[in-house]
Amino acid sequence: MQLSYGEYGGRFVPETLIPALDELEAGWREAWADPAFHEELDELGRTYAGRPTSLTLAERFAPGKRVYLKREDLLHTGAHKLNNALGQALLAIRLGKRRIVAETGAGQHGVAAATVCARFGLECVVYMGSEDMRRQHPNVERMGLLGAEVRPVEFGTKTLKEATSEAIRDWIATVETTHYLIGSCVGPHPYPELVRELQSVIGREAREQLLEAEGGLPEVVIACVGGGSNAIGMFAGFLDDPQVRLIGVEAGGAASLGAGRTAVLHGSRSAVLADEDGQVLDAESISAGLDYPGVGPEHAFLRDSGRVEYVSATDEEALAAFRRLAHTEGILPALEPAHALARVEELDERLVLVCLSGRGDKDLDQVLGAV
Amino acid sequence: MSKRLAIYLMSGREAPELAEAAVEGGADLVELGFPFSDPLADGPVIRRAAERALAQGMRTGPCLEVLAETRVRLPETPLVPMTYSSLLEAYGWDRFAADAHAAGATSMIVADLPAGERPELRRVQLVAPTSTDERIRLAAEQTDGWLYLVTVTGTTGARDELSPALAGLVERARRATDLPLLAGFGISTPEQARAAAALADGIVVGTSALEAAEQGVASLRSYVSTLRAALDETA
Repeated sequence: MQLSYGEYGGRFVPETLIPALDELEAGWREAWADPAFHEELDELGRTYAGRPTSLTLAERFAPGKRVYLKREDLLHTGAHKLNNALGQALLAIRLGKRRIVAETGAGQHGVAAATVCARFGLECVVYMGSEDMRRQHPNVERMGLLGAEVRPVEFGTKTLKEATSEAIRDWIATVETTHYLIGSCVGPHPYPELVRELQSVIGREAREQLLEAEGGLPEVVIACVGGGSNAIGMFAGFLDDPQVRLIGVEAGGAASLGAGRTAVLHGSRSAVLADEDGQVLDAESISAGLDYPGVGPEHAFLRDSGRVEYVSATDEEALAAFRRLAHTEGILPALEPAHALARVEELDERLVLVCLSGRGDKDLDQVLGAV
Repeated sequence: MSKRLAIYLMSGREAPELAEAAVEGGADLVELGFPFSDPLADGPVIRRAAERALAQGMRTGPCLEVLAETRVRLPETPLVPMTYSSLLEAYGWDRFAADAHAAGATSMIVADLPAGERPELRRVQLVAPTSTDERIRLAAEQTDGWLYLVTVTGTTGARDELSPALAGLVERARRATDLPLLAGFGISTPEQARAAAALADGIVVGTSALEAAEQGVASLRSYVSTLRAALDETA
């Protein structure tokens, strides 16, 4: 098998999807090599999404350090997910697909998908676990207002894992007319690579902005990891700078890289929370966006190579970091990047770049309920 | 030559007895599902059956025991485990093939391991209406004994009508191979069985067989015999 990242990646999907993945890969290579595609994407980034996003020095959050926040929370729709959704929508249009299916956990990717579908006049169906619909209700309403159909998934864990399976099953049945707009750097090849490239704008911008602000590179770059798309996009800007320490932070109850084993989930071989028989286990996190038992295959590769360190933060630590950022900086982070913020204080290094991947409005019920 | 009838059952304590009843009803081959927690190719009925089997402890080891018990009851019938890559990844690909063979498996099917991948793992390959001619040739070259034609662009489960895509798929597969072609996914009624068998060399029935099996061995035997009768009309 052509595994994309060392022993990880691949295309473990039913035969029905293979021709569509071949078509997607060819279309993607062509688009990514086409200056017109980049021009259109950059233009949309500037005029629609709000790029470049700010880089904020968080002096009161971390006294004695110089902690910079890459403000993907200020992107249109409130999270980094839009970078990927915009790029994939343009790609779907190039491929002649007018119907989009997507999965969502926290709802941020679902909102991004619904947003780009509204913007380009595409039909949009979003699969979401019924448990996630309960805990991320505002995003369900937003998707509806944007014209998307949200289909509840009642199977198994009723969270992101099942929603992803159901979106893939929809795609199997509709592949001739439909593009599957996957939300993270997971899934069968070429999705992990495609999502990474579309998110790499985060790391590219942040690197330039930090060089401008500090005249040098950060000592540490830190980001939260569920499926891992904001982290891979941020790390992409620094992988070739060996002096920059890269840290990914998983949710304690969903640490596929820290506590998982090699298994096959949603079309790729990666680190997965699975039992010794290869059956996938339930993840558990207060943050719906990190509540996923798998992770992008490139992260598994980067873990094994030692280039990136992966650690975890508990629900309580994330909640404490959420409140601390709110009180000290006037920024409500999403609970997902609050996991990354929770690991900042203990770092020995002084100059730290954090990917603030999304804003916390969607999490108010969770946070208030947990207080 | 008479048309072949393959019946899919989920691993479980009753599976050997059910398999025997299916053969008494006229099945020529039994597929034995080894359940996986996240089966992408399966519709709701097989998914729920997999959930129940996993809740009863039907992991790889116990599934192999069920296979061996089925082999004792059915010394002559081809038995084919059908599962997903994650189980083989965890168990060891070669070890799984060896232990399944030792337990009596005739071949195997891995629903999310498309043709071209791990060609050394002998298995029945699947082709779908979306497969290119090139991929049908590849699957036919690598398949083990017969080719599994997925009649629908979709997951397993009963449909109102036999898929109109089957005729074209059979025609393309015939150009690639002389091996038997068995059509599966979306075949549940005797009428659909008859229509599919008029095109292909046999059929695979899963979802509706599981539903019949839930009513007990007599119900499964009787259901399979209605399919057998329909196939024999086309022979």
